[in-house]
Amino acid sequence: MGARYFDYMATNPLRPEVLEAMMPFFKERYGNPLSLYELGQSAKAALEEARSKVAQFVGAKPQEIIFTASGAEANNFAIKGLAGAHTKKGRHIIVSKMEHHSILNPARALEKEGFAVTYLPVDKHGLVDPASLEKAVTKETTLVSVILASPEVGTVEPIKELAAIARKNGALFHTDAVAGAGYLPIDVEALGVDAMSISAHEFYGPKGAGALYLKGGTRILPLIYGGIQENGRRAGTENIPAIVGMGKAAELTKAELPERVRKLAQMRDRLINGVLGKIENVYLTGPSAEQGELRLPGLASFCVEFIEGEAMLLMLAAKGIYAASGSACSSKALKASPVLLSMGVSSQLAQGSIVFSLGMENTMEDVEYALGEFPAAVRRLREISPYAGGWGKAKETDQCIPKN
Amino acid sequence: MNLKFVEGIKADVTADIVYMMCPMHLLKLEEMMKTLESGQVLQIMTDYDGALTDIPEWCEKTGNEFLGIEEAPDFYKFFVRKKGR
Repeated sequence: MGARYFDYMATNPLRPEVLEAMMPFFKERYGNPLSLYELGQSAKAALEEARSKVAQFVGAKPQEIIFTASGAEANNFAIKGLAGAHTKKGRHIIVSKMEHHSILNPARALEKEGFAVTYLPVDKHGLVDPASLEKAVTKETTLVSVILASPEVGTVEPIKELAAIARKNGALFHTDAVAGAGYLPIDVEALGVDAMSISAHEFYGPKGAGALYLKGGTRILPLIYGGIQENGRRAGTENIPAIVGMGKAAELTKAELPERVRKLAQMRDRLINGVLGKIENVYLTGPSAEQGELRLPGLASFCVEFIEGEAMLLMLAAKGIYAASGSACSSKALKASPVLLSMGVSSQLAQGSIVFSLGMENTMEDVEYALGEFPAAVRRLREISPYAGGWGKAKETDQCIPKN
Repeated sequence: MNLKFVEGIKADVTADIVYMMCPMHLLKLEEMMKTLESGQVLQIMTDYDGALTDIPEWCEKTGNEFLGIEEAPDFYKFFVRKKGR
């Protein structure tokens, strides 16, 4: 029996149609889009077709799409490029505490360069309160960046409202939609954002292709200097096979989105209800079970008390269940996730974080299998946990409780 | 080379390529000029210093009229009038 994959937020498998679309660009159509002869122009045509498809996917104009090598690059580009291009107006930017490290770390790097950065707090569900942005924004603020949806707890942020506040105050608004694209309908015009990052391998496209949507007429400082690729904004010979794959994946996602959302939300709700019903002292992180519309359709995230996430992952992996424990912070550095801490989860409880992210290859049968094995794994670990008797924290609901 | 400073020129079309490096100023110039009618004026905004020599030279070579530059606090505005077709 093969493994059952519940880690679609880490990456997605490539769709066969996407691989097929990419293949000619590894082989016979290997030209450089800048070359003037037919071989180059054929690659150029494919590049522009992919750009149109990605633009349609997010409701943008083709010239507003800048291809990058990853979502992380798009995020770095947005933060450093937009803040750097608007220093005449001010040197203050605002990001939320829900952000991925590819937003937080460039923001910290800017702090070292003399920028002021405000980190917006979130509530226990991980939601940014628009009133807190209203309070934080100043005349010096040039950029606000808030994640569209969290890959760790699934919270979908009120981007439209937040972007309107930024606009009203003369600041640009960027959203990191890497985890959200592929699960939520996205229209940059409706959201009112000036910039947005996406990554192909989060919607069944290949690794090595991402994009930054940048509203027409917005100045940005390049991150990578060199040639005239991407209209002079991002140098480097384009990764044509990956970009073509991204275009194909965007086209498929746009067409299939309603069906994907329906199927994933159904499996997610069964998983959430099953876990909360079968395991004691387990807390749903992110939006509550009743706030389904505020949660990514494929994402079920929990904190299991008295045991540690890593141990759960290994036990589940031994049973052929591949899940995650949240951010790289928690799974690699064995630190409590900053996102969970910012939501008020205690550092002990945050150790027991586990995230199931579902995708189109999953079936209800996979979910039932996980619901059979997960409680058993938790039981076994609690038998050997030194904290099995509890660490004396009050528990009031099935939500993570803020400390204060 | 005669670098003229001008003020208050009304452009028909504007291209903002501030922060874009060489040779974007020449590529954008060529691209935008194709969209202009004869007699119309193009404004290019750039902070690339090389444009100070390149754009007047390009105009001379292609027979378009270089009207001059205007300095903004952190970039230049170049004005070019299209001649012929």
